[in-house]
Amino acid sequence: MIVLTPSRQLPFPVMAECISPDVFQEKTLEEIGELAVWEGNKQKKLADLFKVEEQNREGENEATITICGDVAEVRRIGASMTIGEIMIEGNVGMHLGEEMKGGKITVHGNAESWAGSMMKGGTIEIYGSAGDYLGAPYRGCGEGMRGGQIVVHGDVGSEAGAYMKKGLLKIKGNAGQFAGLRMHGGTILVEGNCEARAGACMTEGKIVVIGFLESVLPTFTIEGVRNKVKIKETDSIEGPFYIFSGDLAERGNGKLYVSKRKNPHLSVFEKLL
Amino acid sequence: MSNGVVFDPLNGIDGEKVDIAVKDGKIVKSVSEHRAKKIDVAGMIVMPGGVDIHSHIAGSEVNTGRLLRPEDHFKDSECKTSVTRSGVGYSIPSTFTTGYRYARMGYTTVMNPSMPPLEAKHTHEELNDIPLIDKATYPLLGDWWFVLEYLSQGNIEELARHVAWMINSTKGYAIKIVNPGGLESWGFGHNVTSLDDQIPHFCITPREIILGLCRVNKLLNLPHSVHLHTNNLGKPGNYKTALETMKYVEELANDEKPAVHITHCQFSAFTGDDWRTLGSGAEEIAKYLNGHSHVTIDMGQVIFTDTTTMTADGPFQFGLYELTGNKWVNHDVETETSAGIVPFRYRKKSFAHATQWSIGLELALLVKDSWKIYMTTDHPNGGPFTAYPKIIAWLISKKARKATLKKINPKARSRSLLPSIDRELSFYELAIMTRAGQAKALGLKHKGHLGVGADADIAVYNVNPHKTDPSKEYKKVRKAFKRAAYTIKGGKVVVKNGEVLKHVEGATMWLDVKISEPFKVTADMKRRFREYWTVEYENYPVTDRYLEISQPIPVKAEV
Repeated sequence: MIVLTPSRQLPFPVMAECISPDVFQEKTLEEIGELAVWEGNKQKKLADLFKVEEQNREGENEATITICGDVAEVRRIGASMTIGEIMIEGNVGMHLGEEMKGGKITVHGNAESWAGSMMKGGTIEIYGSAGDYLGAPYRGCGEGMRGGQIVVHGDVGSEAGAYMKKGLLKIKGNAGQFAGLRMHGGTILVEGNCEARAGACMTEGKIVVIGFLESVLPTFTIEGVRNKVKIKETDSIEGPFYIFSGDLAERGNGKLYVSKRKNPHLSVFEKLL
Repeated sequence: MSNGVVFDPLNGIDGEKVDIAVKDGKIVKSVSEHRAKKIDVAGMIVMPGGVDIHSHIAGSEVNTGRLLRPEDHFKDSECKTSVTRSGVGYSIPSTFTTGYRYARMGYTTVMNPSMPPLEAKHTHEELNDIPLIDKATYPLLGDWWFVLEYLSQGNIEELARHVAWMINSTKGYAIKIVNPGGLESWGFGHNVTSLDDQIPHFCITPREIILGLCRVNKLLNLPHSVHLHTNNLGKPGNYKTALETMKYVEELANDEKPAVHITHCQFSAFTGDDWRTLGSGAEEIAKYLNGHSHVTIDMGQVIFTDTTTMTADGPFQFGLYELTGNKWVNHDVETETSAGIVPFRYRKKSFAHATQWSIGLELALLVKDSWKIYMTTDHPNGGPFTAYPKIIAWLISKKARKATLKKINPKARSRSLLPSIDRELSFYELAIMTRAGQAKALGLKHKGHLGVGADADIAVYNVNPHKTDPSKEYKKVRKAFKRAAYTIKGGKVVVKNGEVLKHVEGATMWLDVKISEPFKVTADMKRRFREYWTVEYENYPVTDRYLEISQPIPVKAEV
């Protein structure tokens, strides 16, 4: 296991896509320290910013990286990783696990925006909160999350799961506006409350809100009430839920499940059934 | 420069060992040996600097494309070095990066093919910022109101004088026509579908625009022929329109110069009734070109990649948006033209895209005379210009074509003519298609060759034509053409082994068309500028001082 500890405060953004088990694999500590990162507009070595150490504990996967300390300014950690595990004991910067294909990232702190951006596989678990654009693609790009799973124990910002095609987003706290914007597949589960405009422009996929949902977009139509909703093959949640279908502005057939119990203001829709 | 294997088709040099002497940015007969700086290029290919006849590298359209696609920049960035600036962009690179990337491939002259006259100042500002290459730009005149009006009056001479004024005031190089009549109709939500459709309010047809402007081109003695993007571009069955267009200007054929250049011909060479029955019209078009000499074409080759399509053909781009559902921009440029941008990905597994890929190569291989067809991707419409080395590999090696054919859509593969074509281009033919032919078609006397008096624009590629079998070792050739061993621009070594060594500004060439008496801008014309344009007449023309390095080419017109 490789342990990275920031050797000083990092006031400028650091681009560190080299912090990934795929890159570290079969490299000595010296070689890892020589890897190039950008701090602001200056190219640096990883060893200039981090103390690189090796610790071997029994039963632990060799391809594990632990980052001890606050790396809120360090971006693109675990980008494109396919194997192994990264554990971060602190806050982490933007674009965590961008386009990752496999492996696991655990954050014992908060993550900045674009965590799991465009990911294709693997798991990200964030014990704090995540910023905006969770799992969403880079600006302008239309290819969102295409697989894998992100679990956030805290809250998330706006546009979580935008352009999502496949995979699962589990948000145990509250979600911001525009959750599942333009999604065309996959599942988003919000266990807390959800701000308005959930599922705007969605064409396929599933958004489940267990808490309070401010309002449903006028381009969604009510389909019925159901007692149970399936999240994964083996996992389902008891309701009852209102089912809305939309976004009709995009001729979409996405499904929005909203808890009946927590959302009495939506009972007006029942008379349309 | 000594010991290189030189391919200089305009001077008939085919792989001979010729030493080249350069002085003051020009090629000379000889220089004093002991004082000159010598470069030994033994065992390398020496060609004139590459010339690109059609590549969208500057202007408002290109820039809007950049704004539309942040995701195009984010995966392709270049850091600054002690000589170069930083830049981004894959299919629409930023200005400086465009210059560096062209120079790295040994290109030294690039033509920007579509400039709405209203955006001329913007275009020239961007061209000023593209280093290492010389450039020029073609104003879009096919749907310009004054042109349509003169044509409806049948006043060709007066039109010629007006076009001369337009070329001078936009600092342009050739007459560009895009979907004649279609763009004016698009202003009213329509398009034209044949050469005989009426254009609203002007009571003329696309036929009259094409013939009229080809006549004007002759009257003005412009060095390049009319640069034409045909009607019905990108629609199945459109090869008939392309052939009809070529046939219609046959009467203007004379032996010295072609009358029309059909650009990105691949997009105009579709057979079939819809996308499912799409087929290749390359055979018919090649057959026509093999029998006639008044037409030149360029390939508009498709590359399997993610790119950005952008043309002045607004209605076509709208159709493309409807087809893909991608984000899009569409624009009606006042009284002049239109424009559209849609990001697009060409996929190997798509029947239509794979067929398009095949059509481009079929055209290049079936047209027997390489002086009639030039290598382009219609950057960025078919793919970015950085893919040229890939096209080179496909042209010189059947094996390379076979390798790609294996991976494409099976239905497209079974219908492709490529497996039946054995032709593999030689380096001599390649030099014609990538520089000599293009320079000749553009009437650039000092470019595209290495004769005495030519600009010292030279490209050297590190591959030995005597020891390499391009047909088998196409990967080696591809690699060599990707990173030139040397690029020499105006006598200065600007690139060595694919690295930019020096920042040199490139000139902007434009035609200074001299007519018998100065063109008078009438009060009525000024009134119309005030009423119909957002820019006053006084602010409209591009002045000479607007160009960083202005290189006027005097042309004496017959009117």
